[in-house]
Amino acid sequence: MIKVNILKPNKNNLSLFLVLGGLFFTLGIIDFYLNNFLEKNITSFLPGFISFFTPLIFGMIGLYFIRIEFSGIKLLDDLNKNINTNNFNAALSITIIILIIFSAVPLLNWFILDANFTGETKEACTGSGACWVYIKIWLNRFIYGMYPNAEQWRVNLTFAIVLAFASAGYFMPLKFKKYLTFYYALLLPIISFLLIYYLISGGDFGLVWVETGAWGGLSLTFIVSFFSLIFCFPIGMMLALGRGSDLPTVKYSSVAFIEFWRGVPLITVLFMSSVMFPMFLPDGTYIDKLIRVIVAITLFEAAYTAEVIRGGLQALPRGQYDAAKSLGMGYWKLHLLVILPQALKLVIPGIANTFLALVKDTPLIFVVGLLELVGMLNLAKTNPKWLGFSMEGYVFAGIIFWIICYSMSRYSQNLELKYKTDR
Amino acid sequence: MKLKKILPQVLTLLFIVLLFGFFTMNAQENMDTRGIEFGFGFLKQEASFDIQFSLIDYDGSHSYARAYLVGLLNTLLVSFIGIILCTILGTIIGVARLSPNYLIRKTASFYIEFFRNIPLLLQIFFWYFAALRALPMPEDAPLLLGSSFMTIKGLYTPAPVWINLDVFMITLVIALIIIFFFNKYAKKKQEEEGVQYPKFFISLVIFIGLPSLTFLVGGVDLSFSYPELKQLAKTAFTYEGGMGIPPELIALTLALALYTATFIAENVRAGIQGVGRGQHEAAASIGLTPGQVLKLVVMPQALRIIIPPTTNQYLNLTKNSSLAAAIAYPDLVLVFAGTAMMQTGRAIEIVAITMATYLTISLIISSFMNWYNKRIAIKEK
Repeated sequence: MIKVNILKPNKNNLSLFLVLGGLFFTLGIIDFYLNNFLEKNITSFLPGFISFFTPLIFGMIGLYFIRIEFSGIKLLDDLNKNINTNNFNAALSITIIILIIFSAVPLLNWFILDANFTGETKEACTGSGACWVYIKIWLNRFIYGMYPNAEQWRVNLTFAIVLAFASAGYFMPLKFKKYLTFYYALLLPIISFLLIYYLISGGDFGLVWVETGAWGGLSLTFIVSFFSLIFCFPIGMMLALGRGSDLPTVKYSSVAFIEFWRGVPLITVLFMSSVMFPMFLPDGTYIDKLIRVIVAITLFEAAYTAEVIRGGLQALPRGQYDAAKSLGMGYWKLHLLVILPQALKLVIPGIANTFLALVKDTPLIFVVGLLELVGMLNLAKTNPKWLGFSMEGYVFAGIIFWIICYSMSRYSQNLELKYKTDR
Repeated sequence: MKLKKILPQVLTLLFIVLLFGFFTMNAQENMDTRGIEFGFGFLKQEASFDIQFSLIDYDGSHSYARAYLVGLLNTLLVSFIGIILCTILGTIIGVARLSPNYLIRKTASFYIEFFRNIPLLLQIFFWYFAALRALPMPEDAPLLLGSSFMTIKGLYTPAPVWINLDVFMITLVIALIIIFFFNKYAKKKQEEEGVQYPKFFISLVIFIGLPSLTFLVGGVDLSFSYPELKQLAKTAFTYEGGMGIPPELIALTLALALYTATFIAENVRAGIQGVGRGQHEAAASIGLTPGQVLKLVVMPQALRIIIPPTTNQYLNLTKNSSLAAAIAYPDLVLVFAGTAMMQTGRAIEIVAITMATYLTISLIISSFMNWYNKRIAIKEK
């Protein structure tokens, strides 16, 4: 008979303590599960307060038993090192495990197990979970807005062509590589604009004209973000250079411009573009509200881009300027060939954040009456045939936006690594 | 050489002057044809619209200027609560991101990745239209913490009823002044004679003790009015008494705080990581406890890295609070740039005032933060 000090877990009786710890830990989880999802309290004989905390207490005892240093089992050592270094850490770990179970089970039920996928009408949704039928029926509207069903191939075709042109740079032969900046900054926007003007908007070549008010949904989100992204970058670059200029008028007008746009919320800028701006134009001129919105967002985000780029310009050592000047480079040559390539590389994360902010700001265009994805959700929500499914709609839009933004931020991290050079 | 310097400047000036001239001329012409006179006289007119939620006394008979003030105060209220909440939450998450505990670290980064990649407007809509709408009706609401009710119409909590609040407030200010001078005195003493007072403890005693004294001698009294269920009609219930916090305010502050906290968490993490390892080790080697290391060595240095970007986030939060207009919380944009503009039709003046207000708030917050940043900056000797 070997004497075992039960209060001091040690290596000699490893398997005993592992079994004990595992038992207690499982007991805690089971107790929690029964309590919350089956409404059975197996520890009801204890006073209410203690009974409430039993999962935590059991779990902590369990983790205490398996906290054995240098046990020789790699998995156990890793576990101890990562989540079980002391009692406090063990308590936190168990709380988090319990919270995960607590939220995962109802979420799983709502998303999949109790959800309805088949059917055509609201009546098909009988379960207590999500009604994905709603998304299925409205998906067309969420993507294309009020764009006529018969004409939607035009939107698809435009996006396909623009995507093809955009990826062309990737496959371009090496000798054309130096024209890439020119291509992306000038040619691509023009091509895309012409495509959107003639294909999505229509009116010529026997295509039916579709007014911009009818555009909407996710495709509008893409159109607005695409143009604002493309235009805000060069403008922001000019502003950043302007702010660093020695010429007082150029400098102070850039500063005033940047600080003005950065000091006001986007929603007031959009208000301005929709109600105040027409007052500033000659009577009778009309600029389409989609264009006004894109210009407003572009100028707004350009100010933020400018500040990010300025950070990169300031981070460059003075020696770079001096070296370039001593080679006899002029202002533009110096900036385009020496300063900007280095500065832009430094600020990739900042620019990515600005671009992400831009994409996340597009839903605000509801202010001027344009309905992109979130706007369409709010419209669908008020449809008398489909009342009461706002949750599904927002979750759906949240997932879409999350995927877009997360992949963008991942891409920027890759770019950062790719262009990282040690200096 | 000279031309090279002058020409761009002249061109810039010319461009600006022409652009503004063009806009002003058109605006003048447009206003003339519509018979509108530019001016701010309309602010004194009777507003004749109601505002659902107001911190100061307001009804339709007050002026547009008063309505503007109501909107501004509501905006400031949301920003203030939001800033406090997101700072607390952001600091906790940021520190949790660096925890040695795998689960906590991953949960914190999951939180950050989740909330920062979803548009704020969508989050506000989610809380307001989906999450808060799932709350019970007033008559079915369970009692929270013994005295509050969380219902679909908002949160009802006990409201403090003060007698002689001004006496209490004055004493509080006096207590703060005394603490300020006491701390100065204690610091001087420590530098000159090396005497250490329990500064924090004495400050706390003054801060709590002095105002509490007014309950005994100053005639100050505090009681609470509790919300009580009241039947309006057969099926319509509401709460009376207490303090009602509208669901718009809850949804807005919640969304703003959860969203901005992700950015603040990243700032906090970057700040703590920015303090060199050697600092931790040096502090530990002279025998400071982990708590002291954090408080006396790491935090003061990390704060210098954390504060500038965090100021930007506070500004963003304040500006983002204008999204209130989307869920009809009566903030500056909704009340003034929305309702008031519809009624008066004075687009230029109202949009200009609204923008100027936000610009002013931005400038005030950033100059305050600059002052604070300077105060804690490294003092080179």
